[in-house]
Amino acid sequence: MGCSIAGVIDGNGSLFSGDEIIRSIQKMFLRANGLGGGFAGYGIYPENKNDFCFHVIYKDDKSKDITDAILKLDFDVVKSEPIPTKSIKEIINRPILWRYFLQVSDSAKRQFYDLTEEEIVMRVVMKINSGSYGSFIISSGKNMGIFKGVGYASEIGRFFRLEEYSGYCWIAHDRFPTNTPGWWAGAHPFGLLNFSLVHNGEISSYGINKRYLEEFGYQLPLRTDSEAILYLFDLLLRKHSLPLEIAYKILCPPLWHDIDIMPAPAREFYKKLRVVYSGALINGPSAIIVADGKRMCGFTDRIKLRPLIHAACGSKHYLASEECAIREICPVPDELSFVKSGELTVCGIKGKIK
Amino acid sequence: MKRMLYSPDYLVTRDPEKCIQCEVCVRQCAFNAHTYDAEKHRVDTDCSKCVGCFRCVYMCPTGALSVSEFSGRMANSANWTDKQLKELYKQAETGGVLLTGMGTDKKYKIIWDHILLDAAQVTNPSIDPLREPMELRTYLGGKPLSIEVKENKRKVSLPGADISGRFSITTELPQQLELKTPILFSAMSYGAISFNASKALASAAEECGIYYNTGEGGLHKDLYRYSKNTIVQVASGRFGVDTEYLNSCAAVEIKIGQGAKPGIGGHLPGEKVTDEISMARMIPKGTDALSPAPHHDIYSIEDLSQLIYAIKEATEYKKPVSVKIAAVHNVAAIASGIVRAGADIVAIDGIRGGTGAAPTRTRDNVGIPIELAISAVDTRMREEGIRNRASIIAAGGFRNSADVVKAIALGADAVYIGTAALISMGCHLCQKCYTGKCNWGIATQDPYLVKRLNSEIACRRLVNLILAWSLEIKEIMGGMGINSIESLRGNRLRLRGFDLHENELKILGIKPAGESL
Repeated sequence: MGCSIAGVIDGNGSLFSGDEIIRSIQKMFLRANGLGGGFAGYGIYPENKNDFCFHVIYKDDKSKDITDAILKLDFDVVKSEPIPTKSIKEIINRPILWRYFLQVSDSAKRQFYDLTEEEIVMRVVMKINSGSYGSFIISSGKNMGIFKGVGYASEIGRFFRLEEYSGYCWIAHDRFPTNTPGWWAGAHPFGLLNFSLVHNGEISSYGINKRYLEEFGYQLPLRTDSEAILYLFDLLLRKHSLPLEIAYKILCPPLWHDIDIMPAPAREFYKKLRVVYSGALINGPSAIIVADGKRMCGFTDRIKLRPLIHAACGSKHYLASEECAIREICPVPDELSFVKSGELTVCGIKGKIK
Repeated sequence: MKRMLYSPDYLVTRDPEKCIQCEVCVRQCAFNAHTYDAEKHRVDTDCSKCVGCFRCVYMCPTGALSVSEFSGRMANSANWTDKQLKELYKQAETGGVLLTGMGTDKKYKIIWDHILLDAAQVTNPSIDPLREPMELRTYLGGKPLSIEVKENKRKVSLPGADISGRFSITTELPQQLELKTPILFSAMSYGAISFNASKALASAAEECGIYYNTGEGGLHKDLYRYSKNTIVQVASGRFGVDTEYLNSCAAVEIKIGQGAKPGIGGHLPGEKVTDEISMARMIPKGTDALSPAPHHDIYSIEDLSQLIYAIKEATEYKKPVSVKIAAVHNVAAIASGIVRAGADIVAIDGIRGGTGAAPTRTRDNVGIPIELAISAVDTRMREEGIRNRASIIAAGGFRNSADVVKAIALGADAVYIGTAALISMGCHLCQKCYTGKCNWGIATQDPYLVKRLNSEIACRRLVNLILAWSLEIKEIMGGMGINSIESLRGNRLRLRGFDLHENELKILGIKPAGESL
């Protein structure tokens, strides 16, 4: 078994309740063991859609005080409030859960004149998450947020009252941890800026992916391979400005024996990708859903050691580890297929986000 | 015969029942340990001349000979060992610098044997290399940090070439060395080793899709046909270097130093400089071939940079340039400087690296183990964000495929093997290469000895060795759940230290055995 993942996106950008993704992921509860679950929702904060929204997990008041002070150095705080929750008897030992809506302050823009706003945000996220303050910024994008913790995903979803939110894209994860213990910040999704990622699998190349990312200023304090994959996407798409399709081929390139029989231009193309980005290749069993607010993508590792299914119905696209999770919320999809190894399934937004 | 003050190193025992006085041993031993007394019709052995190469033992048709370590001890002291005593007696007799061959035989801790590999269990399936693809292909050379792409105006639709038709990569990739398996044959010059041995290395490299290295011996005219698999060396003696030489290769290597003798030059005595060697090295026949300790035009890093670019100009930027250094204390900073000076490959040779001849004291005491050097250099280059700008080749005493896997996981791109390759050809590690009397026909120029090594058979043995190691590397990678060598490279999380000091673990960048992620 292993973890389960699921995602839903409305291609028209229409909003729908978080209840749908909770029901979908709940159907696969047998793949999890109650040690971590979580969700990312896009389009959930329309009133503050131009502010960076930070969801933060705090160990105690002291860690919050330190983090508040650090945030004030670079940001103007538009809003600061606890994340609303309700009592669920299975969810215990909850940490302090807080959210901020922030604008990069003018003084920070002046001081870091060579950095984009996104890079200033990334810098602060890295600083706080690796700073042993007992604070973890679990999401830092705009008009999106990540909700996660220790418990089954369905319990975590109800704990965070996700049925009360409306978004146009949701992804979810239910965890059966094998490399790090179940802890709140270690649950999926992982997020940085607008990116969020859920992952079923274990990356045998984590050691080198981590060291490769560190060369570009990323720090990986969460000790999990899924965090590394998220940052690889951020590096390739945002820092290196590569198209998503190429970023995907860097993470999961074709095998050499397939490259060798391609026509010369394609052969040269893939050789360059593999030679230049060898540290970014991800190896080992994986099924991954990644979203960035504009689209939701799903893919598996090069030799497909983990399952992933795609379905479409009307303007909606679904991805899930198992078909039952899709049928639960969309009993008769227009189309349904297994995601092939070596193929990236992209479910984009065509219309304007409502 | 002069009476010696010390006991021999080896005891040669001849079974008189089995010996038929055929004189094979007499002819086989270039050190004249065996002599035939025609009057007595008897073969005698002078144990003091035996170097322990075992040639006579294997060639004796009746199995009459055996060679063992001489067991009698001179002094019963842990400090004043027989080896120490013998070296003192030799120096008292000659007043000379002690010479030796091959890598150090001193009992230094072998860190490889304190590093343990990981395997996948349950949560991450292991991969069967007999059923699934397992990729060892390695590219050596400088690589850009990132690529730039542009969307093609005219969509090219080639079957199976999805996105490669839609986008073009505008970034050019500098010339790379493509290796089928991450192993190369280390620099061994024609001169230090025989022509047959050189040819075996060259042809094996071609067959295996890897590279051999000419050392500083120049390139024999009969070896030009292997140029696609040749790395030519430019060392301080500049032997055999001309435009044709620099362009008859896949890559050029500037040799600054080697692990067996950091800071020391080389010396091929005139008697070894035969017609053929004189032509390959472009020096007069019979003259000593002296390689100065430093290059006489390199007294600083900026001088090195000039030579790197001089070579790149001469080869029209078509050949990767490697710089080989011995692993010394400050190796990380030096390697970083070499990369910034423009090198595409840094080759690092550890303290156990071999040689044809070196002063014993230097060989046994100067430098640091390659394990620590790989880690220090890889870490430093990553900290400085220049790891992509050059590849790392590690050298110095790689004994088996597990050592190779560990070296790659620590951060090397590939490894050079020298001693292991010689042993596969028949070398028995007697450490007498500097005498030129190699009974196995490897480290000699004596035509009588050279013909003992059949280059085709030696080539076959080398190819088998590379094949066997490659299969073993695939097996280990499959066990780890890794199907591509780039996911092993620098992946120190798949290593654990056992019985290593905290400081060693820190430098190696690995966790102690028993500690999880």
